[in-house]
Amino acid sequence: MMLDRSKIGHAFAPFTAEVEKGRLKFFAKAIGETNPIYLDEEIARKAGYRSLPAPPTFTSVLDQESTEFLPVLKLLDIDIATILHGNQEFEYFSTICAGDTIAVECRIVDIFDKKAGALEFVVMQSTYTNQNGQLAARATSTLVVRNP
Amino acid sequence: MSAIEAGMSIPPLELAPISRYTLALYAGASGDHNPIHIDSDFAKAAGMPDVFAHGMLSMACLGRMLTNWQPQAQLRKFSNRFAAITQLQDIITCSGTVVELIDRDGERLARCEIQAATANGEKTLIGEALVAL
Repeated sequence: MMLDRSKIGHAFAPFTAEVEKGRLKFFAKAIGETNPIYLDEEIARKAGYRSLPAPPTFTSVLDQESTEFLPVLKLLDIDIATILHGNQEFEYFSTICAGDTIAVECRIVDIFDKKAGALEFVVMQSTYTNQNGQLAARATSTLVVRNP
Repeated sequence: MSAIEAGMSIPPLELAPISRYTLALYAGASGDHNPIHIDSDFAKAAGMPDVFAHGMLSMACLGRMLTNWQPQAQLRKFSNRFAAITQLQDIITCSGTVVELIDRDGERLARCEIQAATANGEKTLIGEALVAL
């Protein structure tokens, strides 16, 4: 079954996510972070950050603050057991830090297939705007759907 | 620290073997609760040999390598494709090389090729980073 190409351009419900210090510390632990800038707020401040910085892939964690887990699955009727992460890209404009409130907007920018439809690809682009209205980061994520 | 120039290596980062504990912790911390990474029964029913690592866990470690090397505020772009699945017990090493210095938007940037690979040399992540000098 081919994914519904008419959903190219679909914008998911926007939401805001708070960047919590405790969450950053938990994430740092989970990825084995040892750099004290990500673990000790005093050291982060001395290094010029407003508070603990969110590491480079942390915007993907903010994505999960949406009310629904992976809303693309329901929208395109995709079974979670069939998905893989194909590609991920981040562009950075300012560092996100603990205490920030980030507005997350995500839309589908492409859907295509390879191998005669055995693999389908959903490309999503997200923007992360901080409480000052400043674009902090942009992410492009490609989901791979393995069709049986 | 020596000046950054084309051809220089980024100090590599070797990770501990991927365990179920690592994956459970990452699932909780990242909010990515896809059961394929934490529930063996689910993974096997989906046709996988067992649970396997979140791609974003490896990417986060590539990020650690980059921010150990240069301050995060210098990072302009960071991308990779997920070339192979990271299995339980894999020992992943992150590495990278500065391939060229370029000028973009009035800034001097180091373009780096980066990768994560298993102990057998299979590349799991292949990507690129742009770091301002």
